[in-house]
Amino acid sequence: MDNTILLYAALLMGILGIVLGVIIAVFVKLFSVKSDPRVDLALELLPGANCGGCGKAGCADFAKVLAAGEVQPANCPVSSSEQIAAISLALGIDAGEVERMQAVVCCRSDIGEVRKMNYNGVQDCVAANMVAGGPDECRYGCLGLGTCARKCPFGAIEIIGQVAVVHRELCVGCGKCAAACPRGVIKLVPADSEYHIYCNSPEKGANKRHFCKAGCIGCRKCEKLCGSKFKLSGFLSQVNYADGAVVSGEEVRSIHCPVGCLLSVEERLEAAYNKVKGNKK
Amino acid sequence: MTFSGGIHPVGDGKELSCHQAVRTAPLLEKYFVLLAENAGKPPVPVVKKGDKVKKYQLIARADGFVSANLHAPTSGEVGGIVEVPGPMGVPAAAVEIIADGEDAGEPPFEPLLNWESIDPEILKQRVIDAGLVGMGGASFPSHVKLSPPPGKEIDTLILNGAECEPYLTADHRLMFEKPEKVARGAAIFGRILGVRRPVIGVEINKGDAIEALERFEDRFGISVVPLLVRYPQGSEKQLINAVTKRAVRSGGLPMDAGCVVQNVGTAAALSDAVMKGIPLVERIVTVTGDVVFSPGNWKLKLGTPAIEAVKLAGGVTEEPGKLIFGGPMMGFAQKSFEVPVAKNTSGILLLPTGVSVNYEASGCIRCGRCVQGCPMNLMPCLLSTAIEADRFDLAYQNHVMDCMECGSCAYVCPDHRPLVQNIRRAKAELRK
Repeated sequence: MDNTILLYAALLMGILGIVLGVIIAVFVKLFSVKSDPRVDLALELLPGANCGGCGKAGCADFAKVLAAGEVQPANCPVSSSEQIAAISLALGIDAGEVERMQAVVCCRSDIGEVRKMNYNGVQDCVAANMVAGGPDECRYGCLGLGTCARKCPFGAIEIIGQVAVVHRELCVGCGKCAAACPRGVIKLVPADSEYHIYCNSPEKGANKRHFCKAGCIGCRKCEKLCGSKFKLSGFLSQVNYADGAVVSGEEVRSIHCPVGCLLSVEERLEAAYNKVKGNKK
Repeated sequence: MTFSGGIHPVGDGKELSCHQAVRTAPLLEKYFVLLAENAGKPPVPVVKKGDKVKKYQLIARADGFVSANLHAPTSGEVGGIVEVPGPMGVPAAAVEIIADGEDAGEPPFEPLLNWESIDPEILKQRVIDAGLVGMGGASFPSHVKLSPPPGKEIDTLILNGAECEPYLTADHRLMFEKPEKVARGAAIFGRILGVRRPVIGVEINKGDAIEALERFEDRFGISVVPLLVRYPQGSEKQLINAVTKRAVRSGGLPMDAGCVVQNVGTAAALSDAVMKGIPLVERIVTVTGDVVFSPGNWKLKLGTPAIEAVKLAGGVTEEPGKLIFGGPMMGFAQKSFEVPVAKNTSGILLLPTGVSVNYEASGCIRCGRCVQGCPMNLMPCLLSTAIEADRFDLAYQNHVMDCMECGSCAYVCPDHRPLVQNIRRAKAELRK
């Protein structure tokens, strides 16, 4: 049997393989992209949620500036303090300190109660808000169609009844919900503040009371008792977060808000669940 | 002549009011003249509470170039700058005028009877002084369209007498009853722009109006063009296409195709401003609908609340389901009967409860009817699905910004998908 043909074939393939291999090796060297191993390391340690809460386009972008030393690991709002410590250790940089934020939906009124028209359009807050200023009487309150909940990468917002509520333990304060809300009901507040005013309407108290019994009437009781911890804009009182005001439980009890706007995050969540339960009965 | 795409709404309801002559409404006690009448910046009020005003007196001055003057519709006392339910569903500022019952006032401008030989700039100034805006619906200040930037050659002026919206007959009655005014207005606009033969486009379902206008063709050097009945013929770009066979480029203005389009109502108002020296303080409004006792056309002063207009038409025969300002296709549903008539209110439409049905939309079945119906040659089905998936970039690539929200796609969609609302959402998102 003539084996030469097999031999030729094997030789040809072998030589071809070596030649191509050399070419690939040359091109790999020529066109190699230099990557910083620190960037890869940082990217591996980052949560990978790509939420944009740090202000960058995503985790990869953040890892780049992190490795370059432009920002500190604490700028990532998602990572826990252990994760931040791990990143700072791995990159050999200072962890830094940034105030943690969280989102609060400053409204506790169910849209079903304050409706001005029968809305049957696209189930999206932005779209609904464009139809004659929204289907509810209040032009400042939560529409409850869940645009923020869909935007949240961490599933921290729940629509209870027809109003959005933030779950504190899941919220990292990335701010995506606040940017998505067409009415600016969602505010980013310091994570360690416990009590908030759950109303967003600067309208006159009397006007508000026509359709919403849950809104702030601007009675200034809180401002009188706690001074600069609250500030009034229009007929709406707000906790003065900018000056680092933290309202304590005792203060809240002494104020005893007449409309019940001043609530802790837990109280608000509980009230929302109780309301839904009550409606079912 | 007509354009490609579009629809023809069945049962257009025009027969309810198209044979009703225009009647002048009796004087009311109070008028609420909306400040934000025009597209662009609202004018600044120049009167305050307690001021006595004469009819035709200036009550708010234009603020900037894209803005229009506002004049008192009757004589009386200013009750203040108040907040009233606005036509866009949110409260709007208005000048309250408590009528003294005399309805007295001198025309504030000098009549320009020799307009055929007068400097076009003076005529243009008259357009600004009289506070003219597009009375077809968009209420865009008219003088803006009359000031083409250098380099833009305008060779065609089209007067929009299409009135393609179902139910509305205000322009129809105007053209039939006052063809001289419309034709003269067209000629004055033509003189301002330096266009030799202005064209008036009228749909052929208004045969009597076409005949009436044709009598003035030679006297004012205009020509009347009959158009096939098709919605949205009254949209600028479609009208230009129907009359001149030109297309306005994507994202462009009518000026880019050498055209300017003005509404016939605006032309009639211009004729009054030039010949009589009076500003725009009243307009013809069709008060109609299947539940209105006696539908008709009324000459209403600006600031007349909708409820008063409905009372003129004899009230309603049954509980209305929907109140719409404008036509049923592009008009705005109102929640209050207190909304006052503005310069762009062509109709007050009351529909029975049965017609506003709630539909449950499921998925697009890609039948392509919306693509056939779109007068802008877009693909609403594709846009809508992209927008529902938050792919605004894809919608932008497919020219979502060219959509004028005429509603033809949503009208023909067998699944009743909220196509226009989705598109509106994307346009708002992309304008950010």
